[in-house]
Amino acid sequence: MHPAPSVIIFTTLSGLGFGLFAFLGLGLPDVSGWVAFVFFAMAYALSCTGLLASTFHLGNPRNAIYAFSQWRSSWLSREGIMAVATLLTFAPVAIGRVFLDMELALLGAIGSVFAVLTVFTTSMIYTQLKTIARWHMPLTPVLFLLYAGAGGALLAGQASLAGVLTLIVTGAQLLAWKQGDGRSTTGDLGAATGLGEIGQVRLLESAHTARNYILDEMAFQVGRKHVQKLRMIATLCVGALPALLLLALPAGHLTALIAVVLHVIGVAASRWLFFAQAEHVVASYYGR
Amino acid sequence: MTCLPSSTQKKLGLVIDLDTCVGCHGCVTACKGWNTQNYGVPLSDIDPYGADPQGTFLNRVFSYEVQPEGKSAQTVHFPKSCLHCEDAPCVTVCPTGASYKREEDGIVLVNEDRCIGCGLCAWSCAYGARELDRDAGVMKKCTLCVDRIYNENLPEEDRVPACVRTCPSGARHFGNLGDPNSDVSKLVADRGGFDLMPEQGTRPVNKYLPPRPKDEMDVPALKPVATEASGFLGWLDKALGRIPGKGDRLPTKETVQETVQESEKV
Repeated sequence: MHPAPSVIIFTTLSGLGFGLFAFLGLGLPDVSGWVAFVFFAMAYALSCTGLLASTFHLGNPRNAIYAFSQWRSSWLSREGIMAVATLLTFAPVAIGRVFLDMELALLGAIGSVFAVLTVFTTSMIYTQLKTIARWHMPLTPVLFLLYAGAGGALLAGQASLAGVLTLIVTGAQLLAWKQGDGRSTTGDLGAATGLGEIGQVRLLESAHTARNYILDEMAFQVGRKHVQKLRMIATLCVGALPALLLLALPAGHLTALIAVVLHVIGVAASRWLFFAQAEHVVASYYGR
Repeated sequence: MTCLPSSTQKKLGLVIDLDTCVGCHGCVTACKGWNTQNYGVPLSDIDPYGADPQGTFLNRVFSYEVQPEGKSAQTVHFPKSCLHCEDAPCVTVCPTGASYKREEDGIVLVNEDRCIGCGLCAWSCAYGARELDRDAGVMKKCTLCVDRIYNENLPEEDRVPACVRTCPSGARHFGNLGDPNSDVSKLVADRGGFDLMPEQGTRPVNKYLPPRPKDEMDVPALKPVATEASGFLGWLDKALGRIPGKGDRLPTKETVQETVQESEKV
């Protein structure tokens, strides 16, 4: 799949933002006033920037309002609704904590549940696609939730929890890569065309000599050659280095900042791989 | 609503004969011609006369070579367009309700006034049947020429999809695949029509008819009329054979067999 910057930024930042919301809703960290303002501003900035980035993926965004209408069948619609519901639920919680020194604990807890559901619905947009075997597995939503949890804990200053979670998400990511590598589906022209029973099938002439939307979007092959290097970078940055910083060194703003920066780089690398490595079954028809 | 209808009154669709398709791309051109001027926004071409031309098409024809074991290879031309699946994943993933399957005839359509061009429906389609129009930013797909098949302003013989109407080899058939007594259903039953990628669980309405088995020539290779030359030709052959160098001697039984064996290896 085409690793469009819009979807990489969207899944990376909104995952971090809603992960942070999930902690803030539970009163972690227990702050108020200007400190609370900084935390909520960060959560809103990350999630809103992510959501805004996702709209750059749209060919015709002026119809975007309709995207909230199909919650009964569409995970993308559910994601939109949950994201907005989460952002709205946290508004009174944030106002209470920042300006009124008031704790809306129940609403905060509801907001946390909403934030987790938002990340889950995001993951299901990809998991539901049978056409992309690398995404269509139970580990995909687990991975998205763990990423959001680890990133959220990091941003919420929960140093030891973040250290443990970043290690867990790294393990889950390694497992997902292993599972995904065993699920490569493309290239079976005989199965795709139904002609395999007659004999060996090969592409004689493609349907078009020019590129097209299908090839650009779903038969993307650039950038796969650095897979091993990117996996190494992601493994180190997502979990190993931040965990080392957080668990081995004394807590402090600087170590936390370095851990967050490393983690975000790692998440972005793993998201690039998530898209770039995903093989769509339609590529089979092109003999790829 | 992007929920699928539990059942449709008709299952209109195409039956594509992989045996008779000659790969002329006439259906591709007829489809583009009709659909760029009718339902929805035009099928745009980007940079059509430039160095990197590309365009939106609802139907495309691939050509494959199938090599049966121990027999001659055969060419199979393979038109591919929307299969109007009964369990169409492209419909249920749509967040806006733009993608829908009609209860009355099973046609899968896109309401462009609702489409946001997110592309998720194209991602969900295993067949590459949906293309986002790069100019209008909305999703385009086969409409089964919904604006032809019910169009009473057209002569009756034209009330079929443009691709079917134009096909010069009769490789495309249109009809109600939900009625077991329809011509298309009988054709599918007779010829062993099959679903594309059944493992995707989409239950396509469109069917493909497999290429008929090719008959094999039951005639042995031509035998040499003379294995030993005589007379003047025999003298000439021997005389030329004495000149050093690789010469072509007239074929003998042995050389003929060697040639046959070598050609079989290839």
